[in-house]
This record gives sequence, C-alpha cells and structure tokens, in this order.
Amino acid sequence: MFDSIDRKVRSSVRLGREEALELLGSDDIFTIGKLASFAAANHNDDMAYYVRNIHINPTNICVNRCRFCAFSRSRGEEGAYELTIEEIINNIKAAMPVSEAHIVGGLHPDWPFEHYLRILSEIRDNFPDLHIKAFTATEIEYFSRISGLSIDKVFEALKESGLGTMPGGGAEIFNTAVRNKLCPEKLSGEGWLRIMEAAHAHGIRTNATMLYGHMESHEDRVDHLFRLRDLQDKTRGFQAFIPLSYHPLQTDIGGSGASGLDDLKTIAVSRLVLDNIPHIKAYWVMLGEKISQLALLFGADDLDGTIIDEKITYSAGGVSRKSISEAELVNLIRASGKQPVERDSYYKPLKIWKAKE
Amino acid sequence: MSASRISREEALRLYEGAGLLELGRMADDMRAQLHPDNIVTFVVDRNINYTNICINRCRFCAFYRDADDPEGYVLSKRELFKKIEETLDLGGTQILIQGGLNPELDIHYYVDLLGSIKKKYEINVHGFSPPEITYLANKSDLTVREALVVLRQAGLDSIPGGGAEILSDRVRKMMSPKKLSSSGWLKVMREAHMQGMRTTATMMFGGKENAEDIVEHLMRVRELQDQTGGFTAFIPWSFQPGNTEFEGMVPATAVEYLRVLALSRIFLDNVNNVQASWVTQGLKMAQVALRFGANDMGSTMIEENVVKAAGVSHMVSMDDMVNAVKSAGFIAAQRDTYYNLIRKF
Repeated sequence: MFDSIDRKVRSSVRLGREEALELLGSDDIFTIGKLASFAAANHNDDMAYYVRNIHINPTNICVNRCRFCAFSRSRGEEGAYELTIEEIINNIKAAMPVSEAHIVGGLHPDWPFEHYLRILSEIRDNFPDLHIKAFTATEIEYFSRISGLSIDKVFEALKESGLGTMPGGGAEIFNTAVRNKLCPEKLSGEGWLRIMEAAHAHGIRTNATMLYGHMESHEDRVDHLFRLRDLQDKTRGFQAFIPLSYHPLQTDIGGSGASGLDDLKTIAVSRLVLDNIPHIKAYWVMLGEKISQLALLFGADDLDGTIIDEKITYSAGGVSRKSISEAELVNLIRASGKQPVERDSYYKPLKIWKAKE
Repeated sequence: MSASRISREEALRLYEGAGLLELGRMADDMRAQLHPDNIVTFVVDRNINYTNICINRCRFCAFYRDADDPEGYVLSKRELFKKIEETLDLGGTQILIQGGLNPELDIHYYVDLLGSIKKKYEINVHGFSPPEITYLANKSDLTVREALVVLRQAGLDSIPGGGAEILSDRVRKMMSPKKLSSSGWLKVMREAHMQGMRTTATMMFGGKENAEDIVEHLMRVRELQDQTGGFTAFIPWSFQPGNTEFEGMVPATAVEYLRVLALSRIFLDNVNNVQASWVTQGLKMAQVALRFGANDMGSTMIEENVVKAAGVSHMVSMDDMVNAVKSAGFIAAQRDTYYNLIRKF
C-alpha cells in the first residue's frame, strides 16, 4: 500500500493533502508506522528527547469558558486558585534541578499585564539559568487587550522580563466551525497563527499543537497540519509539533476520545506531513506513558519531560500521573530501542545516555 | 497449521531480533486469518475472590493475607449470592471465582459452595486455578483427577488459566517459590481437558524471566494444546510490582507487552483466542493490542481485586468496552465462556 507515498517519503518529497487524508483513513498502521519512523530518523536519527521541567499554572481563574477544558474556574468558584509569586518561586526551588519552567494559565480577569511580567522577571532573577517557556498565543492576545499595547510591544516587554520560548497551546483545531463549537470565546485560528508568526519574527521559538479526537473530521486535522506547514515555510520558528489527544471526562463535550490506534496514526501522519518541523512530541501527560512510548515507533522523538505538578490534563481525568521520574523516562525510551537524550529548551543535548544499559 | 508453525528457535530469533511493527504485522495477519469476520469479543462477568487468605505468599502478589491477619476474609454465601445476582442483572454469563490457598477450607467447602450456586443460578462457574485445585486435592487426600471429578459434579464448569505465571521452574523459584510447579500446573490443565472441561492459559511476564523462559512457556502451552485442544484462550499480562516484595522493580513497558502478545499470537497457532489485558494495560493500550494479535478484550470485570491491590485500577463499563472495540475498527460482540457469540453491537 501507499506506493507513491512511500516513494515520496523516501526521496523527501512533500506529501499533499489528499495523501495525508489517505493515510489518516487507512488502517494499515504498520506501513504508516514504518514510513513515519523513516521520516523521524531523517530528522533525529535514533534519538528520543526529554527535558527536566516544571509546570507552573499561576491561576485557573479564566474569563474564557472553553468547552473542552476541565481546568478553568470563575472567580469565587470552588477550586479557583491564584498562586502568589512567592509560592511560584518556592515551587520552583522545590523542583530543582530542572532546566525549564513551562508557564501557562487562565486569563485572569483582574491581573494587569505587569503582574505577568513580574512573574517572569522574579523567576529570572531568582533562577538565572532556568529557561522560561511561557504563555500561549491566547494569553498573548489577552495581554495585548488588557494592556492596550500592540502584539509587538507585548513581545518586547515579555522578552525583556525573561521570556525565552513559547509553548504551542491554544491552537486547538483551526477550522472555524468546529472551533466555534469548541471554544467560541477563544482567539481564532487565524489569530493564533498571526501571533505565532509575530513571535517568530521576534526570534521567539515556539511549539505548535492540535487538539483532536473531539468533533473534528480528518479533513480538519489535515487542514490544521497544512496551515502549520505553510507558516513554518515562512518563519522556521516552530521547534516541535504536539498532537493533543482530547480527554472526555469532566468537560462539556463528552464523547469517548480518540482510540489508542488513532493516537499513534495521528502522530505518524503529523511526522510525515510536517517535514519542516524538526520534532514531534508524544506528550505523555495526555497520551499516557504507554501510548507515548509506542509513539516513539510511530514518528515521535520527544516525550516532553519530568513535569513536576501538571494540573490541566489531570483535571480532565487524564490517564497519567502528575510527574514522572527521569529514570522512568530513560527506561521507556530505551525499551523502545531509541537513544535517550536529555535536552534543553532548544533541543540542544544536555546528556546523551547509552541506548542500552 | 503445522506447515507454517514456527519453531522454538525461530520464536527466539523473532522475539530478540524483529522490530515491533514487523512482529505486529505478522500477529495481525494471523489474527485476521483466524478471525476473518473482524469481530472482537468480550465476556460480561465478575471476578469473585472468595478468600484472600493464602499460605503461598507469592512475592509478586499484593492481594494475599496470612490466616491471622485482620484483613483476611472468607466471603459469606449471602455476599456471594448478592454478587452473582448483580452480575446476572448486568447481563453477565459467568463468574470467575478464585481465591487464596486457605488452610481452613477443604473439599466439602468447595462442593457445598458450587452446589449452592448451581441450585440457585444459571451461570457459568469459571473457577479455581490449578494451584487451588492441587492444594485442595492434597488436603483432602485426593488425586487431582479425583478432585476435578468431584468439583465438576458439584458444578464447576471451566477453569481459569491463572497461576501459570512463567512455566519455567527457574523463574518460579525466584518469584513464587511455594507455588505449584510448572508440571503441576500443566497436569491440572491436562486432567481438566481430558474430562472435557475447557480452560484458559495465562502468562505473567515482566518479572525475572528472560526470552528463553517466555518461549519455553509458549512451547509448553502449545504442546499440551496439541494433545488436548482444551485451551480456549491465551492471556499474557505483565507483572504489576506495586505493593509486592518487588516494589521498585521496573514494570514491563508497552513495547514489551506488545512484543510478548504478538509473539504469543504467532507461536500459538493452535489456540484460537488471544486476550488483550486492559486491566493491566488500560483501554487505549488494549485497543492497540487488537492490532498486535489479540481478538478478545477479556472481561468487563464488574469487580476486580487482585491487580487493584497492586495499585493498578482501570474501570470500564460495557458501553466503554463496546465503544473502545468499535473505535479500534472492529465489530464488538459479547460472548460466553466458550466464545459462542451472544450479541453483536
């Protein structure tokens, strides 16, 4: 099967939308896995990466009410919280040694932009070697709105306060009709892409995500991937793509989510379509350690990190725990036959482990 | 079948050398040949553990208690009947009844238990793994054959394949030194099959075994199946070290689970069904397992206590099960103990 796709992949010719659809519609997971592994080896040899990181979600109070989100609360609602800057600093202290802080949170109705800047600068001043990866495009757009500053000025201020890179959240699915059902209040798909383009123009590397397994079609997924590929052709600013498997529990949408086979196929097709994004991440918090490990044989090359204190997926009944040890990550990678590499926030190797013990 | 049958050496080479996707494709092809109708089955049953008191103290077990432990129990008939009635209400067709090797219970207990179930309910009793049967036979001065005759007359229908662990005495000495030997396990199964009872076979891997031990286990199951044809299904599952003497040991990963599953499907050409273990692997992994050789999801498990004691607990309803099978690309069907279809979804 897939003779022409096979030829294209092996000679590094780009796939078209029809071909991506054909792959997504097929149940030949073995051929798809093999092709994606071939493409992954072209990008990253046999390496599989992880990072020692901490997740910081400064608040779950959010003005948006995305229907797939089980994390957000209104002010005063049971379970609503705000971390003080002191608490954030203490959490990081307790998590050390980590190389990266990943910071995303709710769109707080009262915090001024300056408060977010202070979070960054205090972290930077306390931990000058810690890389700060913070704020999704949705938050950036919100900062611009509440501060009256242009997107460019927002980025300048964030960089000055210590922002290094940005995560890829908030992309959800670009298709407008589906997006309007999922998260009507959120930044549009075009808006998300525009902000990422601006970030890249400021030299800020970012990730990109796609939330799938809810009510989108295969066409919507393919369209999402191609819009990312097009932007990446222009900017080269995306470091990693992270397909996020929707978790049905405790959200408004319900449904049963993607199958384990669909998760693996989506990883593989992402690897094959996004020939210009260097890394595909199997985010273990959302996929679980088991499917993430298998994803390393379906085109993924990154498991994300040790993640101290993950809250967002966990609130939606995610299959995973809140953190994982470095030894476990290394073991998962090794048992898949790959070479474990601890990376920094730009995928520079910090520690290269032997492939086998 | 014998023309394409793979040898012990080939199995070892495959297990140690083949890529996971290569193994998966072979196992998937074989599953499709054996089950061309694209149906994936499951049974609705309840796992009833009549006692947790056990003299064996297997080092991998988090469920057992000593006789004088305040947490030790023997289920009353009233509790048992209530569980059976709930099972029948949920469309269940079978109870899986297993427990510890409790020195207080003799053959009369079992005969009485089985008789009282059968008098009240029409339900398949899938019960008592080989270690339990051997233990109660010894205690009652019966041969295994005699004990099986008595149990069967009292109402035992079929026997679960637990307690096989790894059928290699080298490994058993390390993991479960007091438990029935490999040949003892096989002897009970042989006797049961000779008397016309069907049983399953299991393998618990991810402990101290190596590749040779895994292939040895498959070999012994295949040999017995050639003689008796009595195994309905093979169920590999991975050791869960939580709350056991091996806590801290690294459990088998997903890749290892699928490798063993696929090899089992490829090697056991004479065992019709291979089960995915969602209880130890989770539902998403079980879906993936359906493309790596498995054609059955096991049980919906209205109740499960043993794996839960090791800190691993996944819950699914019948709806979840049916949806999981369908979204993996198969037709879902409820089956009985003997793999006869009851209804398709």
